[in-house]
Amino acid sequence: MNREKQPTLPLADAELARFSDRVGFFTLTQKEIKRFWSVLGQTVTAPVITSLLYLLVFAQAMKGRAPVYPGVDYTAFLVPGLVMMTVIQNAFANSSSSLTQSKIMGNLVFLLMAPLGAWEWFAAYVAAALVRAALVAVVMLAVALLFVPLPLHAPLALLGMFLLSGASLAVLGLIAGIVANKFDHLAAFTNFLITPLSFLSGVFYSVHALPPFWYAASHFNPFFYMIDGFRYGFFGQADVPIWLSLLWAASCLAVLSVICLWMLMTGYKLRR
Amino acid sequence: MNTCSPDAGNVALRIDGLRKSYGKVQALDGVSFDIRRGEFFGLLGPNGAGKSTLINIIASLVRADQGSIGVLGHDTVRDWRSARRLIGVVPQELVFDPFFKVLDMLRIQAGYYGCGREAWPWIDELLSRLDLADKRNSPMRALSGGMKRRVLIAQALVHRPPVVILDEPTAGVDVELRRTLWTFMNELHAKGTTVVLTTHYLEEAQDLCERIAIIDKGRVRVIETTPQLLNRHPFRFLRLKLANSGQLPEALRPLVAGEKDGSIELRLERDKHPISGVFAALRAAGLDLEDVHTREPDLEDIFIELTHDHSRPAANGGAR
Repeated sequence: MNREKQPTLPLADAELARFSDRVGFFTLTQKEIKRFWSVLGQTVTAPVITSLLYLLVFAQAMKGRAPVYPGVDYTAFLVPGLVMMTVIQNAFANSSSSLTQSKIMGNLVFLLMAPLGAWEWFAAYVAAALVRAALVAVVMLAVALLFVPLPLHAPLALLGMFLLSGASLAVLGLIAGIVANKFDHLAAFTNFLITPLSFLSGVFYSVHALPPFWYAASHFNPFFYMIDGFRYGFFGQADVPIWLSLLWAASCLAVLSVICLWMLMTGYKLRR
Repeated sequence: MNTCSPDAGNVALRIDGLRKSYGKVQALDGVSFDIRRGEFFGLLGPNGAGKSTLINIIASLVRADQGSIGVLGHDTVRDWRSARRLIGVVPQELVFDPFFKVLDMLRIQAGYYGCGREAWPWIDELLSRLDLADKRNSPMRALSGGMKRRVLIAQALVHRPPVVILDEPTAGVDVELRRTLWTFMNELHAKGTTVVLTTHYLEEAQDLCERIAIIDKGRVRVIETTPQLLNRHPFRFLRLKLANSGQLPEALRPLVAGEKDGSIELRLERDKHPISGVFAALRAAGLDLEDVHTREPDLEDIFIELTHDHSRPAANGGAR
């Protein structure tokens, strides 16, 4: 085999330019969507059923209580909060579990070796998590609307709160996936951060009903603003002004994005 | 040791002053060499020598503490996007994404490199050439180890990289895949692809590689063409089977390289130990020969000589 041979000509820059960076981003987004789509029972059906069970149980248990907001039935009050809680949990779960699984299975090398930049990773994972969160939210709302009529007061605020909150949690999921070396670490994020914060965020009640300490504490919980702002989109009533909720959600997204992009750009815990 | 040639345009991979340590372990200690464009290059070394660290740095999986790598003139740090597009790496570990089918996996991989539908005919060709055509719609998790290895090879080639790095691609695979792989690699190589191979099967390296670097303890011990390497040490082996029992003469005892099935193998330096001298010594000691056999040193002998590693790497050729 050790024969003399002519080396090929250098690859021209024009050859390189033929590759499209956008294809890489769209491929990764598509792949992440296909990933959760291939296990739809786990990723969409299960969270929707869990949330609908909450709705059923709490609506029955709280039946006949005074409305939280004037003119808003408790069951109707409950729906936006449950939808946003599901959005939060699923946006986080999508990016965090995908990245952690790829790290543990070792197939993250395919992405690490590919000519994909930090922004492309970031945008693709967030986009896919938002698609899953939107799917879960739409299915939940569609089922809930069969039983509870819901007004639509401010669709743009609703969309803004969904996008900012879903993206924030998708980014937090990416950070968790980067930091986690095993599923135990990821479970710690879910059990000690996401679940407590989402349950203590006013999904099932108005924070005005809380004792003073918990009332004040709730105002440091970003999930409270995410849920409250989302609820405003439906009823035009909320515990805090909508601009404050939008500001909190946007700030969360900005801070988390800076941390996440720094991790991706430096290869923190990804490239040894 | 810097063997970089001044002819930068003819260089596929330029490795310059690479250092990497993990705590107190110095995995790479100033590695510098060039791999020429269109070369079939072997990267050999015992376990823990630093080969995988080097490949992982080339593949951007590991960051070097110091030094740089250029792929066809594109720096892997400053111009990482172009550099990564120019290389395809077959990783050592059998990694796969359990959510996807073989065809999906290859199309996704092509997409990562910016290749869309125009890559699909090439993907079909890869599936066919690597005997994966009937597995195209099989889920990755359902494939055998050998089949997963084939997919890994196809994944590394989907974007038609001009530089292909194979990190122990034939570890634990059957003869058929080895043959398929090397036939295909030789074809790509003949068309100008630069192939970098690490393997523990030294016969493969000897047969395939035009030039070989031997790395040990994070340093390049030698980098030469395969014929130069084979002629590097002027010794040969003489295997003797004695017809009668008796002690080997004192002068010959230091030359014993091994004993097997009643035969003794002597390692003779061409200049110092002529075969006629060995025969004369045996005759003088009253020993008769039943059988005699000579053998030229192969890459495994050179490898052991250079690395002084007594845990010999796996040999593929069976008994000598």
